[in-house]
Amino acid sequence: MPSLDQLPLYLKDQIVALFPTPLQPWVGALIAIGTLCALFPALFAFTTVLERKTLARIQNRLGPNRVGPAGFLQFAADGIKSLTKEDIVPRNADRVVHFLAPFVVVVPPLLALAVLPIGRNLVALDLKETGLLYFFAVGASVEVGVFMAGWSGGNKYSLLGAMRALAQLISYELPLILSALTVVMLTGSLSLVSMVEKQSSVNFGGLYSWNVFTPWGALGFLLFLTAAAAEANRSPFDLPEAESEIIAGYFTEYSGFKFALFFLGEYLGLFAVCGLGITLFLGGWLPPFTWLNWVPSWLWFFGKLMCLIFFFVWLRGTLPRLRMDQLMQFAWQFLFPLTLINAFVAGVWHFTASWNFALRWALGAGLLALAYTLLSRPFTQAFPRRTYRFAP
Amino acid sequence: MNAVFALLAGLTLGAALAAVTLRNLVHAALCLALALAGLGLIYIHLEAEFVGLAQILVYVGAVAILIVFAVLLVRGAELPEGRVSRAPWWGAGFTALFAATLLWAVVRSPVIRQATRPAPTVTVRAIGDQLMRDYVVPLQAIGMLLTAATLGAALIALPRRDPNSSAHQPTPP
Repeated sequence: MPSLDQLPLYLKDQIVALFPTPLQPWVGALIAIGTLCALFPALFAFTTVLERKTLARIQNRLGPNRVGPAGFLQFAADGIKSLTKEDIVPRNADRVVHFLAPFVVVVPPLLALAVLPIGRNLVALDLKETGLLYFFAVGASVEVGVFMAGWSGGNKYSLLGAMRALAQLISYELPLILSALTVVMLTGSLSLVSMVEKQSSVNFGGLYSWNVFTPWGALGFLLFLTAAAAEANRSPFDLPEAESEIIAGYFTEYSGFKFALFFLGEYLGLFAVCGLGITLFLGGWLPPFTWLNWVPSWLWFFGKLMCLIFFFVWLRGTLPRLRMDQLMQFAWQFLFPLTLINAFVAGVWHFTASWNFALRWALGAGLLALAYTLLSRPFTQAFPRRTYRFAP
Repeated sequence: MNAVFALLAGLTLGAALAAVTLRNLVHAALCLALALAGLGLIYIHLEAEFVGLAQILVYVGAVAILIVFAVLLVRGAELPEGRVSRAPWWGAGFTALFAATLLWAVVRSPVIRQATRPAPTVTVRAIGDQLMRDYVVPLQAIGMLLTAATLGAALIALPRRDPNSSAHQPTPP
């Protein structure tokens, strides 16, 4: 009997062994693909309910509570509703492109999920040479789908929405990749599996050396999360969608299940980018302490994933949306230089490996604090702290 | 020539052909993106993963979007009726000449004459070593060029200041 940790792998081997030898690699690949295509959309269904309930709590409402136990089957009702709705294609629409766009938006995040190590030895596609590059290359293909959706509707406003979305996606791709680059520098590999293994050395007190416990990792994680929120169209950077202002920008002209596919693509993108953040900075499937090793590794991964998703829901419930010019200014004048300085600090960290730990930490943190203060000065000057005066 | 290669080559060629024959400019741009992605897949099929993925990241993710932006900013997607180019045969002639030159260079290269060669194992680390040691000057030169281009673009995009009116200031909310 295998340990609980390796149970998914054991089950897969058992199923594969049932087939004749020439078919076995194909069956193995199909099982991996099927698992990914079932697991993450299921997680999406669960997340939609969780998000609605959490937002309701933040806004002092009850949220969905009618379908199933405590409203947790709401996603099934939503799915049936979107399936039975009429699929409206505008008369002006470019029919072929209009039909293809939802698939171009959904498929790349599913492909990107394949390289994430979701547990010890549990990775669908272990690209030893190019894992991270594959993730970003596949992720960049979403942009074509966004454009196709915005253009094909024959609606000027969705085209404008697509342009805004593209400007945002391209601008925030830079800080996203540059903040991930620090981990590549320190790992010396593009393989996501070896990035997790690199973090498995044990420090004092049985603490695993997650990248987030270093100065460049801590700041890099924050920068990565910021850029990830923008890439996944999450609040406060959800301008492409902005349902209260422009009613879902580039996919305005979609209805029924095609609309649901855009929704699915967005959440799969969120899972992918959160999973990447976990792999890069939060130790992937590693527990925080060695004495927690008995918990299965895949449970750690999904636990961290749910925590990050909860964090993004929390942000959505509390922060207002940015304006387009603020968004761009923030990306190019603050995030981008700070990621470059962070990469420099990661280099300093690499070359001071022989130093005393506290000294090394203080040097890195000091450099980053200095950079942060200097870079944020224009913003604090342009937007001084507001004082409120209430009528007596 | 195996089935996967035939499939990818057919996809790439078909998309490239569609890119030059379709009348709708946005369709042509999207087909070009597909052709570029197909080229990336062929690289991956030839076990040049890094080049293939870089091709997809750069060409599908950035260049295709750039082309689409340019098409939409310069004019609409629809071409006027009738002939677009004044002398299409010149273009065909130059393309044929270019292709013939490339073909000639490939056929007479010493690499292709050796019957079988062991496939080189090129790691990303080796590519990085080459770029950072042997080819560091060209790399830096390209970096300078791109930085200059970015600065130029930013200069063009800056709002023109009218010397008579007051300087443009973002109004605090």
